[in-house]
This record gives sequence, C-alpha cells and structure tokens, in this order.
Amino acid sequence: MNDADIVALLVTLKLALVSTIVLLILGTPLAWWLARTQWRFKFILETLVALPLVLPPTVLGFYLLVALSPTGPVGTLTNAIGLGTLAFSFSGLVVGSVIYSMPFVVQPLQDAFRNIGARPLEVAATLRASPIDRFYSVVLPLAMPGFITAAVLGFAHTLGEFGVVLMIGGNIPGETQVVSIAIYDHVEMLEYSRAHWLAGGLLMLSFVMLALVYRQRGFRVSS
Amino acid sequence: MTIDARFVSERGTFHLDVDFELPDQGISAVFGPSGCGKTSLLRAIAGLDRSTGHLRIGEEIWQDEKQFLPTHERALGYVFQEPSLFNHLTVDKNLTYGQSRIPAASRKVSFDDVVELLGLGSLLGRSPATLSGGEQQRVAIARALMTSPRLLLMDEPLASLDYERKLEILPYIDALHRDLEMPVLYVSHDRDEVARLADHLLLMRAGQIVAAGAIGDMLTRVDLPLVQGGEAEAIIEASVSGHDDEFQLTFLDSAAGSFTFTGRGVDVGADVRLRILAKDVSLTLAHQSDTSILNIFPATIDDMIPEGEAQMTVRLLVGEVPILARITRKSADNLGLSPGMKLFAQMKSIALLA
Repeated sequence: MNDADIVALLVTLKLALVSTIVLLILGTPLAWWLARTQWRFKFILETLVALPLVLPPTVLGFYLLVALSPTGPVGTLTNAIGLGTLAFSFSGLVVGSVIYSMPFVVQPLQDAFRNIGARPLEVAATLRASPIDRFYSVVLPLAMPGFITAAVLGFAHTLGEFGVVLMIGGNIPGETQVVSIAIYDHVEMLEYSRAHWLAGGLLMLSFVMLALVYRQRGFRVSS
Repeated sequence: MTIDARFVSERGTFHLDVDFELPDQGISAVFGPSGCGKTSLLRAIAGLDRSTGHLRIGEEIWQDEKQFLPTHERALGYVFQEPSLFNHLTVDKNLTYGQSRIPAASRKVSFDDVVELLGLGSLLGRSPATLSGGEQQRVAIARALMTSPRLLLMDEPLASLDYERKLEILPYIDALHRDLEMPVLYVSHDRDEVARLADHLLLMRAGQIVAAGAIGDMLTRVDLPLVQGGEAEAIIEASVSGHDDEFQLTFLDSAAGSFTFTGRGVDVGADVRLRILAKDVSLTLAHQSDTSILNIFPATIDDMIPEGEAQMTVRLLVGEVPILARITRKSADNLGLSPGMKLFAQMKSIALLA
C-alpha cells in the first residue's frame, strides 16, 4: 500500500464513521416512530427507507447527482444558504451514504423497538419516569443489541459503497476517493498487487464486523 | 378523604362510562366478567389511556376539564397482570427504579420494610429472568410500593400464576393491607380472591359500574348477581376470642355474635374473616337445642329471591350483619317465610379466610 491507498482508506473510514453517526441520529427517531405509529400509510415511508436495498446504486447516484448539482433543487438551496455545491465533495458523499445505508440502520432499530413493546415504557411511566428518562433508562439498554447491529451494518455497508460514490463523488484523492473506487482504478491499470492489498483489507474488516454482529445475536438467543 | 372519579371513553366498540367514589383506605376490588372494562378503568386512573372526566385523590386533582396529569406525574403504583420487570436491571435496581425518581421527602416506604414485607432478602442481587413467576410478581409489587404511592392499582396480579404461587403471594397482599395505610384498587375476576381480600367492591359490567359498596353488603344484596349460584356467601369480620382445649375449638367474636370454629391454629386476638356459604345455612322457626349444630343465631328475614325453579335465597340480618341462606322453595312455603319474620339461622359449617 502506498500513501494514496492509505489516504483512500482514511477517507473511507472517515466517511463510514461520519455516515454512521448521522444515520444513528436520524434513524433512531425515524425507527422509533415507525415502530410505534398506527398511521395507516406508514408503509410508504418504510418502502422509501427500504428502496436502496433493491435499487441499483447508479440510479440512486444519478438522482442524487441531479439534485445536488448547482442547478438542482438541493444544490440551489445549499448554494443559497452558503454551503456551496455538495456534488463531488465529501459532504455530498455523506448525504449519499446516509440515504444508501438507511435501511441497514432503521430496520434493526425498528425491530428492536418493536420487540421491547409498550409494557416496559408503561411500567416506567407508573414509576415516575418522564418520556426522555424512559428512553435513556429503559429503551436504550433494552435496544442496545439493536443499536450495535444497526451501527455495525451501517458502517460496514458504507465501507463497501461503490456506485453512489462513483456517481456523485467522482474520484478526487483525499476528498472523495474511497477504497472501492481505488480498487477499481488499480484493476483498470492492471495494478493487481495494490488491488489485492485494498480488497483483502476491506474483506477482513467487513468479515470481522459482521462476525461481531452475529456473535452478539447468538448470545442473545442463548441467554 | 375519598377518591372521586368519572371517566368516559370509547375504544372501538367498547364504551367505558363510570362515575364512582371510593374510600381512601383499604382494598377496593373491581370485580366483573372478562372484557367488562376492569383493566380499562385502571388504565384510565393511571392516565395510560386518555379519557374525559375527572379524577380527584383527596385534595389532589389528577384530571379534570382543564388538566390531565401524565402518568409519570401521578403518585400511583401499578402492578400489571404480568410482572413486567426490567430484565436489564437486577432485582434491587428494579426496586429502586421508582424510588429514586420521587423526592426524598416523599419516600415514606423504606426499602428494608418492603424487602421484609415481601420476603425478597435473598433475591436482591439476582436477575429477574432467573426468578420464578411468583417471585417476579412479589418484586413487581414491591417495586410499585417503593414509590410510596397515594393509590396502588393492581390488575389481576395473581391471574398469571398457578394455584401454588397464588397461595404464596396472597399472605403478602394481606400483610400489605394490614401494614400500609394505602388505598388499593384490586382488579379481579376470581371470587375467592375478592372474598378474601376486599373491603369494598365495585361491580362492573359492560363498561359500567353496576353497584358499589362494602364487601359484606355487596355479597348479600339480592338485587345483584353475586347471590346467584352455589358460591353465594356472606363475609363477616371477626377476631379470635379464645380456645377450647378439650374439644379443640376456636371462639370468634363478631358484630353478629360469637361463632364456634372447629379446629385451632389462630392465636387469640387475631383478626380473621369468616365465610359462610348460603347453602350451609338452614332456617328453623324455633331455637333447636337438640341439634349437632353449634352456630345458631337469631335472625330477621330482610329479603328473599327465587334461585332457579326449586330454590330460594333468603337474606337474613343477624343483628346488623347480613348473611344468606339457600333453602328449597317448598321449605320457604311450608315455613311461611316472608320479610320481617324472626327465626333462627343454623350454620352447618363456616370457613376462615386468612
């Protein structure tokens, strides 16, 4: 691995970390609402969240590119409030990753919240816990396995992102060039040994993280 | 001080429409068939379900036209049908969860007292998942008590337990009744539980309260369904006044007079509750002295109601205390029974409830 590869790896890890944090912040209230609401049209929102699971990343990337471009709806807005254009920037990648990895965070959280049920919260309310208190003292600890699963899957899935990044991030070293793109470049230039290093590293990292998730699930079933 | 409540709510096809007052002490049982709204009533009191109306606990207003206190601002304890312990906390952390959330000045019930009362000393460090159903429910009751509630709500706390576990918990609820001056609203569809525990009874049917009153009166009111069937019974409060060692008997004082109970085992001075089944009471016009029956009391017929085709349920007053007798319609006819008549009630057997 040379310096360019290490930079690509750092960009990838930073992207996955920032995206995971944003995903947990946005995904928690969304998953909570989806788990509790009786709204009859909630399936529409669930469908939207799940779309990245089946959509080719290039489709998602294409629409994001259009939206984020200087004349697109989001681009016009970000320009107007002084944020500049998000396309071909790290921030743009975060936006894309968050949408792309949303189902991997929302679905485990939604399952975890639904499994807790209403009863522990009602019990906590009769024991004088306010709504925020109930979230921290009851929901968070009981849903912790769900949070871990959500964070690891969101992180790991963002690591492996390719199509969306290619469409909206381009290939700017140190800014938007992530490992998956770097591997593609190496293969294109027949630099197989460098591709091996990066691909192998990504494989190991993904394996370890998923193994952690499944190990935790195994514990939960046996306890 | 009383508890004054009025709730109206609609959930699907179910209407809850109740208006009642309760004494601010003792155990008030909410009794009725499944689906009559007992749990809905408790949830309305707790503020877990929204309903219109009002709720005043003594001087405190928990709900009226202007305000609705959310559940966590109502000083209540709630014991659900299933123990519903927090599985991520040990038993002692479950117990202090509520206590730590009330002001120190309001903590009237001490941790040690509750642990002692419910026999939890050996369970404190355990995880709820390792406890038996009965132990879990005892922890749940203790956890609710630890918040020193103004009102304790219990929703069929024994219904999820088998017979053995029920017998294990009942003495603790009895003790709670004696030791804590806290009004309890106790939902049940088990008549034996009600007869044993309740001081006051709210009879519910189809979302409404059919009748309410002291347990002794309610069980013997001939206009209520409680006097129908083989379980028709009277409850009398008594205290042990002495024993007969030679014949192994216990004497019990009550407002109805002195009863003789076969057997021993309860200490002098103890308060007990007598249950007299209507089918164990027979009637004679003259006092029988040549009989094997020990418990014979002069009584006045208060009311009568036919039971099925062949029988008659007679409500009697022994002094001021109501009891029931179940006799055949033919006997009632032969003896010429009518309200106001004075006669003698013979009790073939009586039972002690706790």
